[in-house]
Amino acid sequence: MRLQYPPNVRIIEVPCSGKVDILHLLLAFEQGADGVIVVGCMEGDCHYLAGNLFAKKRVQRVKEILDQVGLGGERVGMYNLSSGMGPRFAEIIREMTQKIMELGPSPIRIAKGTAVRAAGEVAA
Amino acid sequence: MIKAKPKPMEEIIDNVKGFSKLLIAGCDGCVTVCEAGGLKEAKVLAAALRLYFTQGGKQAQVDETSLTRQCEKEYLAQLSDRIDNYDAVVSLACGCGIQYLAEMYDKKVVFPGVDTCFLGVNEERGLYSERCQACGRCILAETGGICPIARCSKRMLNGPCGGSEGGKCEVNKDIPCGWELIYERLKTLGQLERFETPTVPKDWTTSRDGGPRKIVREDLRI
Amino acid sequence: MSAETPSKLQRMIKAGHLAVTSEVGPPRSADGAVIERKAELIKDYVDAINVTDNQTSVCRLCSLAACIRIKQMGLEPVLQMVTRDRNRIALQSDILGAASFGINNILCLTGDHQHFGDHATCANVFDLDSTQLAMTVRMMRDEGKLLGGFEFEVRPQMFIGAAANPFAGPNVDIRVARLAKKVAAGVQFVQTQCIYNMDTFKTFMKMVVDRGLHEKVAVLAGITPMKNVGMAKYMKNRVPGIDVPDEIVKRMGGVPKEKQAEEGINLAIEQMEELKGVEGVRGFHIMAIEWEEKVPEIVKRVGLYPRPQLAA
Ligand code: SF4
Ligand code: SF4
Ligand code: FES
Repeated sequence: MRLQYPPNVRIIEVPCSGKVDILHLLLAFEQGADGVIVVGCMEGDCHYLAGNLFAKKRVQRVKEILDQVGLGGERVGMYNLSSGMGPRFAEIIREMTQKIMELGPSPIRIAKGTAVRAAGEVAA
Repeated sequence: MIKAKPKPMEEIIDNVKGFSKLLIAGCDGCVTVCEAGGLKEAKVLAAALRLYFTQGGKQAQVDETSLTRQCEKEYLAQLSDRIDNYDAVVSLACGCGIQYLAEMYDKKVVFPGVDTCFLGVNEERGLYSERCQACGRCILAETGGICPIARCSKRMLNGPCGGSEGGKCEVNKDIPCGWELIYERLKTLGQLERFETPTVPKDWTTSRDGGPRKIVREDLRI
Repeated sequence: MSAETPSKLQRMIKAGHLAVTSEVGPPRSADGAVIERKAELIKDYVDAINVTDNQTSVCRLCSLAACIRIKQMGLEPVLQMVTRDRNRIALQSDILGAASFGINNILCLTGDHQHFGDHATCANVFDLDSTQLAMTVRMMRDEGKLLGGFEFEVRPQMFIGAAANPFAGPNVDIRVARLAKKVAAGVQFVQTQCIYNMDTFKTFMKMVVDRGLHEKVAVLAGITPMKNVGMAKYMKNRVPGIDVPDEIVKRMGGVPKEKQAEEGINLAIEQMEELKGVEGVRGFHIMAIEWEEKVPEIVKRVGLYPRPQLAA
């Protein structure tokens, strides 16, 4: 099955969503990501029992931090999927890309000069 | 040990926003155990502050480090060759560490990055609760090993008060009544007769009421 | 009840009469006339009038000033004192001040935690607790000594009281043990928490009598008439240390709204009649919260009016 999702998305594989730390997420933003999502297994189905629950809490904490430092918590999100949900994965990526496009480029990229903010403009 | 929690980000930002070279200094002691102030927390705070400055279009340097203990000069000295690269330090140590850092580098602006709360235990990860108020003259021998000063909301020495109900304190149903705990323990130990003898007024001079305290151990001093 | 003082309350108890006390809550202002008005309402029906000390941690006109006012009306005040707001210097100083105006009764309390009140952000003191306050008063009275060791001549003549709550945790045994402890600290009379659960109270009193404590301490049974079923429910669910059995809530709720106040008074009177026969009960402490005008009716209906006169 080949699924279409926007090409401006970079996928980083980890053994379990519980491996994703607050610092990984913050560093992604420091390095210019406009948005980051963490995708874990369905709740209750984590192979390491509670990895996705930890991930959910970390994402929540990062949301708060992003709100407090002026980036906006909407730029980060957590989703739970099972391996059979490929189409839903593509859909989530499209949704998130759409949301980020509406939000515009991250203020970090604007500040670093790698993007400019213009109404409706989408940074690739 | 000492329990602390991270300060609200807004407050930290408010303190540091006028500076452009910041060092976030963690401590590997107690505050690491309660995940308020170790190297990890220093890194998170530094990353968050870098995001804050960058999005605001400000060039700022925010570095992080962590010391074995900030309540000892020997470890604080490890900062001596680089502290001058910064115009302010946010310390994530407990109130003692923060002050000792400020005392040692007296020309440096030092901000607290945590709220130091109490002397307590780890009930579980993310759940810490108070056990001792460092009164300076421990009476646990008389109270079944449970401290009425730290665990009775009114630090009564002859409790429980009339508000104790169903094992809970009158202040709040989330607080176990310290005196009910003492009662249960004394019962287990077969020492309930202790309930009948009035405990006399306590000498609080060894507590904070006596002014800033000091321990001098001549046997240890060099 | 060893040490004798000029306290009218003590003499009344000693003479074998069922004593009656009630209380006046000072206003949240400098209006001293309120105290006089409330005291006037009840003065002929009680032997002594308690003045509460910033009860439920709500800041009010001070207990000491209100007691002096009552004393100056020719009445008998009971100075309530909590250890929450004052350290041992202030407590002893107020006791000396009270005694200098001829106040002869004190009720030693720890006090509610400030979290209940209108200044929840304040620091508290709790240098002493109620038991230690009683020990302190006894030392001042019997030895003419302050806690700091200073000895003085003119001693405060205080009849020493405290509170007892048979209904609080962990169990009745400990509540009796705690009463014994207060007696050992010098307490001569106790006013109990409002009684609604008669069975628990009787169990408590039986243990008190079995241990002979009733000979050392006068127990005044606490009575608070309910105004309506809302108050019954509030006391049951919201006030720590008060035990309101379901039957009482049901009974209050079982009569129409306009009859509930009357039902509350009837209930209080029935309880008092029953308590008269409980060994060790030496009188009543009627806490008619913001309902002082009902005290005369209650006292009359239980046959405790007129109050006996003591030889001067
Ligand atoms: S008695 Fe004093 S030293 Fe001992 S646990 Fe309590 S507060 Fe701490
Ligand atoms: S309920 Fe227990 S812990 Fe709370 S103030 Fe009373 S005695 Fe202390
Ligand atoms: S294995 Fe932990 S989230 Fe998938």
